[in-house]
Amino acid sequence: MSEPTVKLIGCFASPFVHRAEVALRLKGVPYELIEEDLSNKSDLLLKHNPVHQKVPVLIHGDRPAICESLVIVEYVDEVFDGPPLLPSEPLVRAAARFWASFVDKQFRESWIAMWADGEAQVASAREAKANLTLIEGQLPEGKRFFGGDSVGYLDIVFGGIAHWMEMFEEITGVPLLAEEEHPALCRWAREYTADEIVRQCLPDRDRLLAALTPKRDTFVSIAKAMATQK
Amino acid sequence: MAGEKNVGLVLLDFWVSPFGQRCRIALAEKGLPYEYVEENIMAVKSDRLLRSNPVYKHIPVLLHDGRTITESLIILQHLDQVFPDTRPLLPADPYERAHARFWADYVDKKVYGSGSKMYTEPQMQTNIEMVDILKTLERELGEKEFFGGEHGFGFVDVALIPFTAWFESFDRYSFKKKSFDRYWGVKVAEVAPKLVSWAARCQERESVSNSLYSPEKVYDFAGMMRKDFGIE
Repeated sequence: MSEPTVKLIGCFASPFVHRAEVALRLKGVPYELIEEDLSNKSDLLLKHNPVHQKVPVLIHGDRPAICESLVIVEYVDEVFDGPPLLPSEPLVRAAARFWASFVDKQFRESWIAMWADGEAQVASAREAKANLTLIEGQLPEGKRFFGGDSVGYLDIVFGGIAHWMEMFEEITGVPLLAEEEHPALCRWAREYTADEIVRQCLPDRDRLLAALTPKRDTFVSIAKAMATQK
Repeated sequence: MAGEKNVGLVLLDFWVSPFGQRCRIALAEKGLPYEYVEENIMAVKSDRLLRSNPVYKHIPVLLHDGRTITESLIILQHLDQVFPDTRPLLPADPYERAHARFWADYVDKKVYGSGSKMYTEPQMQTNIEMVDILKTLERELGEKEFFGGEHGFGFVDVALIPFTAWFESFDRYSFKKKSFDRYWGVKVAEVAPKLVSWAARCQERESVSNSLYSPEKVYDFAGMMRKDFGIE
């Protein structure tokens, strides 16, 4: 009897989809990637993620889809063999989940810091940098990754910082993650993006820049809307 | 609780917090003794709270033999992991667990997100959002007795039930259009009757009835918060 198929609805420019892909690849799970055009959402996406209508969406066999990147990563960890992604020790696991939740909650500050302007931008930039310092503080002493000697849950969760932040900074000219201020985090970002499994599902730099740059105006209006909702 | 082993659990909490209540319900469902510490977060925060949760400085915080765990859903999962002989909140099957985590996350993002706007941005749009959220939850519950389905009262039920005490406040504080003598509230009983029945079933559980406060008390608290926000 063959294994049930795994499909992932994603879009190449999404750091959240990247999380799902890395998790699957680390477990050695073959999957079919279905590229979604988020400006013209497919029936497939709307059928499998009616609640949020976002990517990534994991379809495993014939069971209803699993949505939300962090939920997907935990599912992949639990259901497939291979190296464990989440730490097994309860307090370390709780801390890992905390920092995963933290980075997603703080996404807003980074976004405003990068794309808005004026006082909101200045305040958010200060907070975003402080958040990066907190995240940097979670790197185990003398280890290459948050997961220790190999890529683990937090590395996967923070992958967006490692790769996408640099892209955004190139477009906006707003430096948040800088060598002088976050040397350990920058070193980690280089290690992460160089990892042979991670590399396979990191979008090509030039292609990503080309995809993100025209969206500048959209990103700016999202940032401005976020700033007013504070 | 005489004669029970002290497993060293302390919960830093605030009486009306739905997030704190999740933890209280979970601990009660699991039959775990703990020390409840009321933190008056409306006044000056205690040193212990600031030390235990330096990032967010909010409750609930679970201290387990002195080590801290924060964020209610993380606390719930932690309790499942370290007390495997107690009633589990999450089901055993990974797929069902993913399903539960998704819906608990939905409660956090949507119910809390939209609900808190009732106090800061009372507008028609907020009402529309809340109605949509309630209908989505109603659909997800369907004919099940609890969101946990075959597992019974579980993770999603615990995640959502504390917010039901706020339903009345949603209705009474929601945007009221004064013109044309029309009233556009959010009447939960009309929008999501199954959810209302589910809430009543949950209230029959001691863990829930001992942890939640009456909608009246919540309404009074909400009124006080609205004054603090300068809404009324």
